[in-house]
Amino acid sequence: MREAWLPLAVLAALGVAPLLGFGGSYELTLLARAMILGMAAVSLAFLVGGAGLVSLGHAAAVGVGAYAVAILDAHGVTDAARVVPAAIGAAAVFSMLTGAIAIRTSGVHFIMITLAFGQMAFFTASSLAAYGGDDGYTLYSRTEVAGTRLLENRLVFHYLCLGLLALTWAACAMLLASRFGRVLRAARENAQRVEAVGLAPYPFRLVGYTLAGAMGGLAGFLLANATEFVSPATLSWQRSGELLFMVILGGAGRLWGAILGALVFVLLETWLAQQMQHWKLVFGPLLVLAVIFLRGGLAGVVARRHG
Amino acid sequence: MADPLLRLDGLRKHFGGLAVTDGVSLDVLPGEIHAVIGPNGAGKTTLIHEITGIVAPDEGRIVFAGADITRLSLPRRVRAGLARTFQITSIVAGFTVLENVALAVQARSGSSFRFIWPASRERALNAAAMQALDEVGLADRAGQPAGVLSHGEKRALELAIALATRPRLLLLDEPLAGAGPEETERLVALLTRLKATYAILLVEHDMQAVFALADRISVLVYGRVIATGDVPSIRANAEVRAAYLGEDAA
Repeated sequence: MREAWLPLAVLAALGVAPLLGFGGSYELTLLARAMILGMAAVSLAFLVGGAGLVSLGHAAAVGVGAYAVAILDAHGVTDAARVVPAAIGAAAVFSMLTGAIAIRTSGVHFIMITLAFGQMAFFTASSLAAYGGDDGYTLYSRTEVAGTRLLENRLVFHYLCLGLLALTWAACAMLLASRFGRVLRAARENAQRVEAVGLAPYPFRLVGYTLAGAMGGLAGFLLANATEFVSPATLSWQRSGELLFMVILGGAGRLWGAILGALVFVLLETWLAQQMQHWKLVFGPLLVLAVIFLRGGLAGVVARRHG
Repeated sequence: MADPLLRLDGLRKHFGGLAVTDGVSLDVLPGEIHAVIGPNGAGKTTLIHEITGIVAPDEGRIVFAGADITRLSLPRRVRAGLARTFQITSIVAGFTVLENVALAVQARSGSSFRFIWPASRERALNAAAMQALDEVGLADRAGQPAGVLSHGEKRALELAIALATRPRLLLLDEPLAGAGPEETERLVALLTRLKATYAILLVEHDMQAVFALADRISVLVYGRVIATGDVPSIRANAEVRAAYLGEDAA
């Protein structure tokens, strides 16, 4: 029973962080980035740990959401009531169309085909000359809420990210516990068993993939606003790999592990980069060691301590 | 004679030049156990795959409850009332025993595209699942992870899952494979009880069990049915003894 409190403790810590001396603009920018990537990672954990769909193209869904913000911005549309649904909708449609093909495969083939679709999105973004092409696109302003510049306030933005992160986590947990999620979880372990009780896994997987993409699109909306800048790098396979790494580092068996994984990943990466020039030489091996020695990921270790 | 529940009509399947199913016709009547026996390589597994929709036959028809199901997928055949168990036990090891069965109940009661309410708290699903577990004698194991069950218990769980789909016909693929003597005894007693309620097509190696359970037996050799009949006539059939039972079997 106590384990149910651990994700809430992580979210609460993020909630009080600005009040405990992490309220400077540098810290808030860093935390916002960690929470947004955490959202993307949670929706990916829903796919990987829940449905057994190991996608190496999840950043593409995030990027499609971010580009929706940029493209609307370029055409003078900055109202949240239009931008947010557009970002979510674009990512959902992208995921549904690519998923309809990708989910017909499984295992390594699924990984490779999601990677391929991600790269197609990446090169498409690179060729969008009207929206910055390779160089990316700088937003004129953050998205407006009911005509106000509310999101310019860093504290407001912090709590918006936190709220949406909590909402994403809760939505994924709810989905996995539902009838729908039960079919996904059973099909992850034994698809033949699901068929033999009279259900075809494909439509369930496709809906799950689309929902995860929609949540990725929401993270993309926040990401574009956090940096006020969108570039093809947002959709790159390296970013997809990082998201997958956050999921594994945190522990793919637990949704909230992805939040923990994203936090540790972003903070460690930033701290190491400040300590030395060739920080990646340390960062890489550290991640490898973490995967080898942390059974069940960070969340697994924490849960065992408190369980 | 009652109309057959399942009828195979001239099924043929070739893999390259090899006729694995070579004109098989047989039927299962309501309320009977029809056993299919045959030596290794006789084509029993392929025949089961054809009946369940995993392999499409080259020729022939499969009629179930009056409807042609030859081209239906496995999930749709299950929804039509044709449940199966697998030669190698197929359960969701990470689920509890109860959730394994509840999945089958939910598949036949309402849509599974429900996203909000936790499935484990649906009382109607759990009650129907408990009932199926009770039927196979696993009710006291409901809360355990399915992976920790003994081999015989997993076999019984698979039966409970099949029963929970509310089938009209059970297709049992070597339900006794790998079971010890005591487990076999329990499973045979269980199958004897189920026989009162369900038509069963039984593919099994254990001859003693087949002779104890079956109403009729079909003998499959090299993809052909060489004999169909009741237990005494199959025991007495010289061709069957030559092909399969050997000289010392009777």
